[in-house]
Amino acid sequence: MRAQRPLQVLTLFLLALSGSAVATAQTSAQAHPGEYAPADIAYGSRLYDAQCTTCHGANGDGVGGVDLRSGKFRNAVTDQDLIRVITNGIQGTGMQAFKLDPSEIAGILAYLRNMTSFDRGSVKAGDALRGRTIVETKGGCTICHRVGAQGSRVAPDLSDVGATRSAGSLLRSLIDPTSQMMPINRPVRIVTRDGKVINGRRLNEDTYTVQLLDEQEKLVSLVKADLREYTIQTVSPMPSYQNKLTPDEIADVVAYLLSLKGR
Amino acid sequence: MTRRTRTASLALILTAAITGTLQAQVGSDRLTNAAREARNWLIYSGGYFSQRHSALTQITPANAKNLELKWMYQAAVAGAWQTTPLVVDGVMYLTQRPNDVVALDAKTGRVFWIYRHTLDPTQIVCCGANNRGLAILGDTLYMGTLDAHLVAIDARTGRALWNTKVAESKGGYSVTHAPLVVKDKVIVGVGGGEYGIRGFVAAFDAKSGREAWRFYTIPAPNEPGGDSWKACPPKTADSFCDPEAWKHGGGSVWVTGSYDPSLNLTYWGVGNAGPDWNNEQRPGDNLYTDSVVALDADTGRLKWHYQFTPHDRYDYDSVQVPVLADITWQGGPLKAMVWANRNGNFYVLDRESGKFLVGKPFVKVNWMDTFDEHGRPNQTPQPAGQPTWPGNQGGTNWYSPSYSPHTGLFYVSAWEGYATIFGGTAVEYQEGRNFGGGVNRNFVPVPGAPAVPGIRRGPINNWTEAAATGAVLALDAATGALKWKFPMTDVTDSGILTTASDVLFTGGREGYFQALDARTGSLLWKASLGAQIVSGPITYEVDGKQYVTAISGLSLCVFGLRE
Repeated sequence: MRAQRPLQVLTLFLLALSGSAVATAQTSAQAHPGEYAPADIAYGSRLYDAQCTTCHGANGDGVGGVDLRSGKFRNAVTDQDLIRVITNGIQGTGMQAFKLDPSEIAGILAYLRNMTSFDRGSVKAGDALRGRTIVETKGGCTICHRVGAQGSRVAPDLSDVGATRSAGSLLRSLIDPTSQMMPINRPVRIVTRDGKVINGRRLNEDTYTVQLLDEQEKLVSLVKADLREYTIQTVSPMPSYQNKLTPDEIADVVAYLLSLKGR
Repeated sequence: MTRRTRTASLALILTAAITGTLQAQVGSDRLTNAAREARNWLIYSGGYFSQRHSALTQITPANAKNLELKWMYQAAVAGAWQTTPLVVDGVMYLTQRPNDVVALDAKTGRVFWIYRHTLDPTQIVCCGANNRGLAILGDTLYMGTLDAHLVAIDARTGRALWNTKVAESKGGYSVTHAPLVVKDKVIVGVGGGEYGIRGFVAAFDAKSGREAWRFYTIPAPNEPGGDSWKACPPKTADSFCDPEAWKHGGGSVWVTGSYDPSLNLTYWGVGNAGPDWNNEQRPGDNLYTDSVVALDADTGRLKWHYQFTPHDRYDYDSVQVPVLADITWQGGPLKAMVWANRNGNFYVLDRESGKFLVGKPFVKVNWMDTFDEHGRPNQTPQPAGQPTWPGNQGGTNWYSPSYSPHTGLFYVSAWEGYATIFGGTAVEYQEGRNFGGGVNRNFVPVPGAPAVPGIRRGPINNWTEAAATGAVLALDAATGALKWKFPMTDVTDSGILTTASDVLFTGGREGYFQALDARTGSLLWKASLGAQIVSGPITYEVDGKQYVTAISGLSLCVFGLRE
């Protein structure tokens, strides 16, 4: 029998697996396995402080025999394993199941993987309230985006973007919007057989048809055989905010966006 | 009785047999000639050569535009419906999730009976409660089950005749493909390649259910091929190698094989090695994973093998249907096996000897670049973090291809532009636990972009052209040269059917069921069925009328010509 290790509790984690929650983590900002965005680590540290320290302690060693800082999990090798443990809990132990959205999962994961190296002083937490003001005024975000009942529908709705996009992804969206544009959201330019020009955001597409939201916010479905021109653009029409907002203002906007969890 | 009367009586009996009123037993001879008995569909792939090609000609390129829905049957269970029906003299038999068998009138869709298998609660499967179909011999249907049993069912009553355990389901073993009947035996393989099984193909006596032979797709150390599971190198601090990797080496079999009566060989595609993605912990070629094996149908002895992807780290199961075709090759006749593999290459093998003749990519491939004279690929693993083409689901997968002796073309459902960034990680075997050994993600060529979702997703094509597109490819069966392509915006998991009138039927994830001209690839007709098509179409005839099937979502849709 294999010797028991400090993280033996993680051995038990796999017993609780049912494999249901993992698919939601696909939207995480993990650029490559083993790499985690600083914004995610920072967001994760705040979530950890709020939800995990009661049992695990600020340093990750609050549960006897468990040291989360070690970064080695005997039977939870992959991030997927860790996500299952966090979202399913461990029956018969104090480890409860946590209901987290993909954005929060990405954050917790990034923080757990970087607990020892993360320097809390290096990251300034944004202010969501200030971020909201920037989004609605200086940033001009609602000219294209919608939050709740306000703003345009031309660009993707942001009402639940804090649940579906990770902190790292949101930050990169503000700096380099094209890099974070989901391919399905690519802008399309269409010329119909009778010469009508339609610009819009793609919603769905198949071999014979395409569905979009046009500039007038109308749902349009077209048969490709009826089109003279159909162009899918790969560059986002959204401007970069790298030189339009200060780093503090960008942090505020990210904090606000992360607070948008939908209904 | 005069000679004339006798002839008339004989003619009457024959007519009755042909129209199905007698519901004659399906003897071994009928199975051997199944492809010529065009009104019926007696074997998973239409015949022992697995060409999924029908001699029926009522539906043609000229009249396919007149196809219309004749009837539908709705399954009462959710999930991908991957089955291929059998049709025997006007009666259709098909499986539905998890392991039901339904008998219905092939002309109207009205149900005669339903058999429900009670699954062992310990059963474990990686990828859903999939079952791909049945086999028939005499009056008996045969079905493999998710809990790794083989069940014989009376085709008239739907009552179980015998139920044999094939393997231990709690170890991840299952049987998901349609069995293959050869003479008096029922042959099945076991699934479970994601659970560290030791795969095998086994034959069972059709009358008693007793096991007749077994061929392990993972040889033991003292058996031929056992030395392809090499000893581990000296251990280092950050390496993990399994000294008994063969014991849970995978080699699952989850798609129906083929049979050549003239050679008495049965051919089976073998799945990935275990663990799927971390090949470092299992040194060697890892026979007979990702291979085709040719077995003596009476004894199960290995006649030859060919390994498509030695020492696989990409999950390139070779679980495609082995298509047998008698073709002209280099000016002479050849008993060929033609194969579009999950690894992105098209192959022609001599099915008598297993000799490698042709290897040619049919989609973008960068895991290898050349073949040596024996067909061994020169592997070119990509640097960490870089994409590998084709991706994890392959250039194609288990979806049935078709070969038309009429056109000499091989038709395959392909995923184009599709790549994965693979990441292997060490994993120790534990019974019944996932044994994948890696974290992979779909490659989308936008730096740092959010990952596109995994293989299962809803009706919105959020993969788009950025991640992959689908296509039907028509390849010259002797060379692999592309003759035509029918592109699809979304990828396709549909099988393909061709007919002697040169009509090709196929579906896809978009939910369209399409008829194409098999010679040119031009669209003849389509119907939007509203949900993905993940099975292979078949065609049959009742009372002189040709029907064609498509399963979309939970609906079996049967089409015929407008009257």
